[in-house]
Amino acid sequence: MTPALHGGLRLPGNKQRSTQKPLRLIPAPDQVVLPLDQHAGAPAVATVRVGDRVLRGQLIARAESEISASLHASVAGTVLAIEPRAVPYHRNGPSTCIVIDNDGSDATASVAAVDHAALDPRALCEYIGNGGIVGLGGAAFPTAPKLRRGQQNDGPHLILNGAECEPWISCDDMLMREHAQQILRGAIILCHALQAARCTVVIEDDKPVAESAMRAAQAELHDERIVIQSVPTIYPAGGENQIITVVTGLEVPASGLPSDIGVLCHNVGTAAAVARWLDNGEPLIRRIVTVTGSGVTEPGNLEVWLGTPMSQLVDHSGGYSGSIARLLMGGSMMGLALPSDDLPVVKASNCLVAALPADLHLRGMEMPCIRCGNCSEACPVMLLPQQLHWFARSNDFAALESLGLMDCIECGCCDYVCPSQIPLAQQFRQAKPALVERLTSKQQASLARQRYESRDQRLERIEAERQAKLAEKRKAMTQNNHPGG
Amino acid sequence: MTFGTSPAPHVIAPNSVRRVMRLVLFALAPAIVMHIVFFGVGLLVQLFLGAIVALLAEAIALKLRRKPLQPFLTDGSAIITGVLLAMCLPPLAPWWLVVSGSAFAVLFAKHLYGGLGSNPFNPAMVGYAVLLVSFPAQLTQWLPPQLADLQLLRPGVGDTFYTVFMGHLPAHLTWDAITSPTPLTSMRNSLSMGMTMQEAQANPMFGAMGGRGWDWINLSLLGGGVWLLVLRIVRWHIPLAMLAAIAVPAAVMNAVDPGAYPGATFHLTAGASMLGAFFIATDPISAATSNRGKLIYGAGIGLITYVIRTWGGYPDGVAFAVLMMNAAVPLIDRYTVPRVYGHTR
Repeated sequence: MTPALHGGLRLPGNKQRSTQKPLRLIPAPDQVVLPLDQHAGAPAVATVRVGDRVLRGQLIARAESEISASLHASVAGTVLAIEPRAVPYHRNGPSTCIVIDNDGSDATASVAAVDHAALDPRALCEYIGNGGIVGLGGAAFPTAPKLRRGQQNDGPHLILNGAECEPWISCDDMLMREHAQQILRGAIILCHALQAARCTVVIEDDKPVAESAMRAAQAELHDERIVIQSVPTIYPAGGENQIITVVTGLEVPASGLPSDIGVLCHNVGTAAAVARWLDNGEPLIRRIVTVTGSGVTEPGNLEVWLGTPMSQLVDHSGGYSGSIARLLMGGSMMGLALPSDDLPVVKASNCLVAALPADLHLRGMEMPCIRCGNCSEACPVMLLPQQLHWFARSNDFAALESLGLMDCIECGCCDYVCPSQIPLAQQFRQAKPALVERLTSKQQASLARQRYESRDQRLERIEAERQAKLAEKRKAMTQNNHPGG
Repeated sequence: MTFGTSPAPHVIAPNSVRRVMRLVLFALAPAIVMHIVFFGVGLLVQLFLGAIVALLAEAIALKLRRKPLQPFLTDGSAIITGVLLAMCLPPLAPWWLVVSGSAFAVLFAKHLYGGLGSNPFNPAMVGYAVLLVSFPAQLTQWLPPQLADLQLLRPGVGDTFYTVFMGHLPAHLTWDAITSPTPLTSMRNSLSMGMTMQEAQANPMFGAMGGRGWDWINLSLLGGGVWLLVLRIVRWHIPLAMLAAIAVPAAVMNAVDPGAYPGATFHLTAGASMLGAFFIATDPISAATSNRGKLIYGAGIGLITYVIRTWGGYPDGVAFAVLMMNAAVPLIDRYTVPRVYGHTR
């Protein structure tokens, strides 16, 4: 039995458009732009200088913090610049990027294949980190620190996420169809790194071709740890916490991590990247990007060298057709509307949707909330968005905190069903940092108060000691005055 | 190439406040037809007046508040207020009754609190309650259902318009000759005169379920309500809780003393039970918001309605019950926040 996810939506997937043709590797561009902060956590630190010659696959920036990821050259050539460039992120502003001029040689740094079984789990984690591997589901969380946290548990249940619940995106679908064995190789390596006894590969039931490919590969493998599980297609069942709940029936504690309930979740693309790094010596320098939408002539899935401008993906898909209303990185629910196609493909770029007006249904005029409750029915985290909306408008941070604003996963289900067409997810995205700031300042205030109180106590103690000494002195003096007493 | 941007999500369901209100109006249509079948065209006049005045009041309020007219006049919420109020009034009630009630509902109960989405009380019920306490006599002048076996003098279409707009009956009619109490009032009067329920129900105005005519109106409202449930415009929690909280005490009291207390079927098909359960208590703006809260809110309305009908000073109690529970909503909402994912409580 599959435990039901609370709420969620059955959305038109729009995935068939991009799954008709096989995966295709597109040639590297003349120039790649590689942001140092294209993963969650601290930016990587550049290890090359302008003018250096680099090989494809060579390390160009190193992770120097606990949560960070290394970066490798996706083409061979010369480092042209290390400078701020525009990047496709949710936050505004440019990021420092390493720009490499492709010399067209495809000269590749040779890295020997590594037998994972020869490494102990700790060393294996470390080695996976060297490959610059991050979660390829969209969040780009560095894989090595995630594994390290999972290791603290003994034998967690590894979940490989191939749900791909968001509309339009089909890169995991195509990966599972064409590289099922590579994913399972990655699963075995990750199982070793985690000492996991169980691994469940989860696929939504709208991907029967991918599922049968995975089942065939698994049957060949004869590894009893690995099972393939089909789950109903519901958005956002592919969210990390959501898929964990769907598979295990357990909830990830609000203030904890999946490892607290003995689970670790990775994307199927991440597993394949791990296998490619260990078996072929290729770090994370390319990824599969779905290029789709009614506004692109030949939709499909492309294998793309990181740092390639988005415009080239469209060029290799027959170019734009019609007037594009939005260019989205990611799907239509959580995707980022890009201001331009002159932005580089990053590790988090799973999909590019060139959307015509008919592909979208943009908001009309925002009306007042009528408290219909559609939003709380749809919310996968069981929040009351209608109440959060009310308190976000009035900046009532105490209420926002107690109603669980920080638990919002920004999936946009509430927006989707809102008859008043209120941009709820956006409102919550904006309210979160303000609430965090409030909480931090509250924490700081209480720290300051503690410090103040302890200072008071210290002063009192010093005063009391001084008085005691004085009294002693006086006593001593009195005694001295009466030597005979 | 450059493109326009907007925050995610980039696709929303083709839904709007206007659509919700329109579907609610459609769901009322069968009951309106039944009402006209049994009580004549008076309701049409009341509906027309109620809706027009509600829209006028809405426009005036929006103008005074410097809000855009178009989106709020066309959202359908003012029309619903006017229509629901009109459906509670006797078909021959004088024009100024529905006009003042509708205007009061929109101006005072809705816009003084901030307009659409901000009113803590259901505007139509505020309007009705104000009329009920201010002009109780006019609100009792109901007509008997138009049934072949009930040989009563009936006002024609012309008489209806004359009465509503002139405020008095044409010369050839008298109130005594044409009016009849509602089933709830009749039952109440009979019981208070010491009759048993069975004796009271011997009156030909009662049928197998409850008051004849009223039973069909209530069943039509039930049908419309179920349609709204299917469309997921309303959720089952409030209607079910409210109807159960009317039916259960009614059934228990009826079992205890069948002579003095009408049963569940009578209560469910009389008065504003179904209108209240599916169209008034479910007004989301003034209702509790979580599912658990909705159950408490609906049950409260049902129970208070039954208590007022049985032991209170009015034959029906839906309006007052709704208003009382409206007042309790902030409290209910505060104590019925659902558990959030990943939290133990």
